Amino acid sequence: MNFTEIRKQFPILDQEVNGHPLVYLDSSATSQKPVQVIEAIEKYYREINSNVHRGVHTLGTRATDAYEGAREKVRKFINAKSTQEVIFTRGTTTSLNTVAASYAAANVTEGDEIVITYMEHHSNIIPWQQVARRTGAQLKYIPLQADGTLSLDDVRATITANTKIVSVMQVSNVLGVINPVKEIAQIAHENGAIMVVDGAQSAPHMKIDVQDLDCDFLAFSGHKMCGPTGIGVLYGKKQLLEKMEPIEFGGEMIDFVELYESTWKELPWKFEAGTPIIAGAIGLGAAIDFLNEVGLDKIAEHEHRLAAYALEKMSTVPGMTIYGPLDAAKRAGLVTFNISDVHPHDVATVLDAEGIAVRAGHHCAQPLMRWLKATATARASFYLYNSEDDIDKLVEGLVKTKEYFSDVF
Amino acid sequence: MSSNLDALYRRVIMDHYKKPRNRGVLEDGSHTINMNNPTCGDRIQLTFKVENGVVEDAKFEGEGCSISMSSASMMTQAIKGKNVEDALKLSKIFSDMIQGKDFDDDIDLGDIEALQGVSKFPARIKCATLAWKAMEKGLKEDEQE
Repeated sequence: MNFTEIRKQFPILDQEVNGHPLVYLDSSATSQKPVQVIEAIEKYYREINSNVHRGVHTLGTRATDAYEGAREKVRKFINAKSTQEVIFTRGTTTSLNTVAASYAAANVTEGDEIVITYMEHHSNIIPWQQVARRTGAQLKYIPLQADGTLSLDDVRATITANTKIVSVMQVSNVLGVINPVKEIAQIAHENGAIMVVDGAQSAPHMKIDVQDLDCDFLAFSGHKMCGPTGIGVLYGKKQLLEKMEPIEFGGEMIDFVELYESTWKELPWKFEAGTPIIAGAIGLGAAIDFLNEVGLDKIAEHEHRLAAYALEKMSTVPGMTIYGPLDAAKRAGLVTFNISDVHPHDVATVLDAEGIAVRAGHHCAQPLMRWLKATATARASFYLYNSEDDIDKLVEGLVKTKEYFSDVF
Repeated sequence: MSSNLDALYRRVIMDHYKKPRNRGVLEDGSHTINMNNPTCGDRIQLTFKVENGVVEDAKFEGEGCSISMSSASMMTQAIKGKNVEDALKLSKIFSDMIQGKDFDDDIDLGDIEALQGVSKFPARIKCATLAWKAMEKGLKEDEQE
């Protein structure tokens, strides 16, 4: 499939918004869904909808097979050793909160340290703030270089023998930088800490091998990788998950229930209380099939090319500030920017009138915004269905925006 | 650019954005209200001086888009010299107008009327209402006391 053909698989892109063909440049917020995913969810509800792990009846078995089949697809996708290490959650936020509420609560005490970075998304900050507040542990931030990248020297200087948890995003949703999580995991392990990787912005765009990274936990969301909303994944090493207590209790996750005591099912189900997100998991499985068919390497290459093209073209817009490294090789397919004297909300509104969807705001990264000395920024993010043509339209729209705000008033 | 956008970015709005009225902090104010819009990062600090039930002076500081800052500028201009009851009444009219509801048009809204176009841009309504919510919060605290 070439990328023109790929675009045709996304029915939502074939429409006009405000009288212009839609140019969707907000995939870092959520990606669009190919027809294969939409049809997989529809097929589930039309043909096999049943609760899983319960019924003796045929549909129950089919639903269970499809749900557990999706788990195997996820396992392969991230190269986990076993499906016991793949837990379905509501998304990255729930996955990270599960590690904080279960692993951290049992393993972090006063005087310990939790290490994150200045570029983290709120979902990889606040759960750790809560752990620190409850346990008396210290939350530490790895500083950023001038171009927004991390230096391994700073990583080494921040992580100490008291560090219990290191949690870092693999790709920044604002700066676009790709962090060296494999090297950071090694430094964490040398100091006796575990390594958590927030893969929300990396899983959709690059091949992840949890065994190669040697991370202890990996969190990501389905909806940013062509899957539906409401489904995400927590990968964890089996030996850690086995020792962890569930954080939700009820149906589906139990083995024996006595009057005053109960025992839990084996992994991964002890972490999946209640009727799971069956259609969501099946949809995510279909998204993984789709991404594999295109090829993660090809997707990453395509996005690198778009990022390089965007950096070059956007730099020509008068008054443009681009955040993060200007070297396309150091970044993923998104560009965060501001235009002088035009607030990003106004940029987004003017672009929207041209049918161009970009994000404006603090991108759920307020500490990073303060580091950038910006209250808000605009962001254009690219995925496999975007093309150079979309970027040309964006740049055209940005030039118009600048002119509109300078000339008319 | 589309005429649709011109309905939003009226000249008088841009004038208030580029040359905000009553920007700053009142050193001898009776009220200080901080408010932000957590979804986008806009923030405002409003200080005003109320004496004998009349808003004698008002100033604002903050960061935000053209709509939120021009609205703050217009709001401070409008409430200066008004008694608390009339200021709150104006806030109600503004709120109705910005949400595209029928509003009491007996009162001359002056510059504020230029913000009516925001009602056609649902994503921007919260930008326009931030300063007004801060004002209401400050004045309603008074009523409760």
